[in-house]
Amino acid sequence: MTDVLMPALSPTMEEGTLSKWNIKEGDTVTAGDIIAEIETDKATMEVEAVDEGVVEAILVAAGSEGVKVNTPIARLKGDGEAASKSEPAPTPVAVSKPAADEAKAAQSKPEGEGTAVVAPKPPMADPEIPAGTKMVSVTVRDALRDAIAEEMRRDPDVFLMGEEVAQYQGAYKVSRELLQEFGDRRVVDTPITEYGFAGLGVGAAFAGLKPIVEFMTFNFAMQAIDAIVNSAAKTRYMSGGQITCSIVFRGPNGAAARVGAQHSQDYSAWYGSVPGLKVIAPYDAADAKGLLKAAIRDPNPVVFLENEMMYGHEFDVPEGADFVLPIGKAKVRRQGHSVTITAISRMVGFALEAAEQLAKEGIEAEVVDLRCLRPLDHETVVESVKKTNRLVSLEEGWGPYGIGAEICQRVVEHAFDYLDAPPTRVHGEDVPMPYAANLEALVLPSVEKIVKAVKAVCYK
Amino acid sequence: MARGTRAAPAKRPPDASKVGAPKAGAPKPDAGKPVSGKAVAPRKAASASSKEQMLHWYRDMLLIRRFEERAGQLYGMGLIGGFCHLYIGQEAIAVGMQSIAEEGDQIITGYRDHGHMLAAGMDPKEVLSELTGRAPGSAHGKGGSMHMFSIEKGFFGGHGIVGAQVPLGAGLAFANRYRDNGKVSYTYFGDGAANQGQVYEAFNMAELWKLPAVFVIENNQYAMGTSVERASSQVHLYRRGESFNIKGEEVDGMDIEAVRVAGARAAEHARTGKGPYILEMKTYRYRGHSMSDPAKYRTREEVDQVRKTRDPIDHLRDKIEQRGFASEDELKAIDADVKKIVAEAAEFARTAPEPDPSELYTDVYAEA
Repeated sequence: MTDVLMPALSPTMEEGTLSKWNIKEGDTVTAGDIIAEIETDKATMEVEAVDEGVVEAILVAAGSEGVKVNTPIARLKGDGEAASKSEPAPTPVAVSKPAADEAKAAQSKPEGEGTAVVAPKPPMADPEIPAGTKMVSVTVRDALRDAIAEEMRRDPDVFLMGEEVAQYQGAYKVSRELLQEFGDRRVVDTPITEYGFAGLGVGAAFAGLKPIVEFMTFNFAMQAIDAIVNSAAKTRYMSGGQITCSIVFRGPNGAAARVGAQHSQDYSAWYGSVPGLKVIAPYDAADAKGLLKAAIRDPNPVVFLENEMMYGHEFDVPEGADFVLPIGKAKVRRQGHSVTITAISRMVGFALEAAEQLAKEGIEAEVVDLRCLRPLDHETVVESVKKTNRLVSLEEGWGPYGIGAEICQRVVEHAFDYLDAPPTRVHGEDVPMPYAANLEALVLPSVEKIVKAVKAVCYK
Repeated sequence: MARGTRAAPAKRPPDASKVGAPKAGAPKPDAGKPVSGKAVAPRKAASASSKEQMLHWYRDMLLIRRFEERAGQLYGMGLIGGFCHLYIGQEAIAVGMQSIAEEGDQIITGYRDHGHMLAAGMDPKEVLSELTGRAPGSAHGKGGSMHMFSIEKGFFGGHGIVGAQVPLGAGLAFANRYRDNGKVSYTYFGDGAANQGQVYEAFNMAELWKLPAVFVIENNQYAMGTSVERASSQVHLYRRGESFNIKGEEVDGMDIEAVRVAGARAAEHARTGKGPYILEMKTYRYRGHSMSDPAKYRTREEVDQVRKTRDPIDHLRDKIEQRGFASEDELKAIDADVKKIVAEAAEFARTAPEPDPSELYTDVYAEA
């Protein structure tokens, strides 16, 4: 007897909806049969049988949401097998393959429902959001989508281009339904040619359009980095201010899960070092929306670093199309007096979690979400350190020449006399990202590592 | 743009028709209109060129030649720094293509860009001052030889990374198609850039989306010191668009009339929604790749042979004389006038002030 398990459709999938069964109890299946369809907020996929046998039981009904990966969803009985010989399979025995009709998949019921992961609520009010503003709960993915849609409605010069942004509805579904609303003139599927379409986008920006260039991940943007740095960032200066390049380069950055060295690099520090660029890396949905809208409106080239692991997380976002945040302002996400922890993007959540743990031991950490790396709001960091006298910088990427190096330098320069301990850094280990789950976990910053670093600077 | 604090003199170049106006007695091509630029350009190349047109091209080509010779001299004197890539020998291409362009069309090229800027109608003083790194330069001395721009003249640079201008030029064309404005972008690159991968990424998208783009390959036979034969498996560069279904043709880039006929055909194709077009201009650069080029890869005889038999300016002058469009004295008057413009530009560029140190941090960002 064999259990059919809920398969993972992507490296980051934790659960999904079992939308349809193609088999019923008593049916005979052979390897390769399409037995079910499952959905996540990213895609709809078919489940293929790997083993042969008779369907003894359907364990999870069609339409069930939030089915965890590796949950047994059906049970097969092999030829001549006795029903009592029950032995759960130790590994998933179902594999998935992309649905044949991907456009159909994309048009399936709205994603994001039932699969959202609720992140810890930021305990602090955002001074940029007026009191009494009506809030709605939105995933980071949909916040980004709404930002793009609202800005495209507002300005006919704004358009979106990239791989799979239109018919496929976005590789990560950030551009879901934009093609339907804006048409293929303004939502443009490109060939897989990052260097070419990034350069083309820059040329269109030189001519006054406002492209949003989506990279399926910033790992692929390394092919296009010449267009971003040499053409987009430098041309205004080289032209003595004649050429304006209003363009947003956006997409997921950094590690996802189990995708190995070439798909897991954090480029924050690379882009953060380039004059002429603005660099944003939001943590929650409100920042994702408010800062992406600001990026689209900004007359400069903006690198907007998202995080795949955050797309499905839900946060409160101010309702309406008028919510735009200023670029270059850090946000104190948690107040404390013992130590300052700086972070961006997904690492902000890690810092907040570490702060909660530390609070139980009487250490009150102040968490500063940098939000933007260029311009960098070091004043907020310095003010915080003047209060706490201790600094731990947190980043997902490699340490050498990284964000932490920059933050520590600025704090040393502006608040040296306030420091009660040498500033320290928590960052990804100095190796290409390994594939093995245990090794990958060792590379990435963790709550434990942050707690340890904080205790060290607090001499506890 | 934060222009208020600039020490630079007036940004607008002086009226080109005044700067370049022929002396009394000399023929007056297109009186009242700029000598260079798009305003005088016919929509299509006429089968027979008029006297005014030919003298106008002669003057523009000669201006580029004399300008570049002077730039070479100033480089030798240490007044121009860094890299300096001269256009001498290739003048018929920039002037010929400019003459078929329409108002609002865009030009973009690589680092061998001085000739294109002059052909587009930029003031020689502004260009030469940029070469000397002075405040009145087109980028206030922040761009230099390889990075110059004039939005006013539709000139989008001046790009220092080999081949990078090709996707950018496709992007200009994308914007034209997006706006449905009937404009065409002309993207120039060399035989060396023709081997860059991004060129083909741009070709693919340009044809896929039928962008109004004309790709002009200035094949001057050498990518730095590497001849086309030593670098290209397919030496007929006009065929490089075949696998994308982009039409291409080979053109005698030393004959301005041939450049115009082919250029007009290509522009018409692009402008009427048929997509991009490739022109391979066979040409030759007389000088080294840059000023520091020892030119060991070719013989003196090879260069002399081209100068003697294929020079684009001599070729045009012969035609003018054969058709009885100007006497030797009239041509000499144009020569003298051009020399004077260049001498004045050189004096201006030599003596103009360097950019104020306060310029260091301007123009990094546009004000949001």
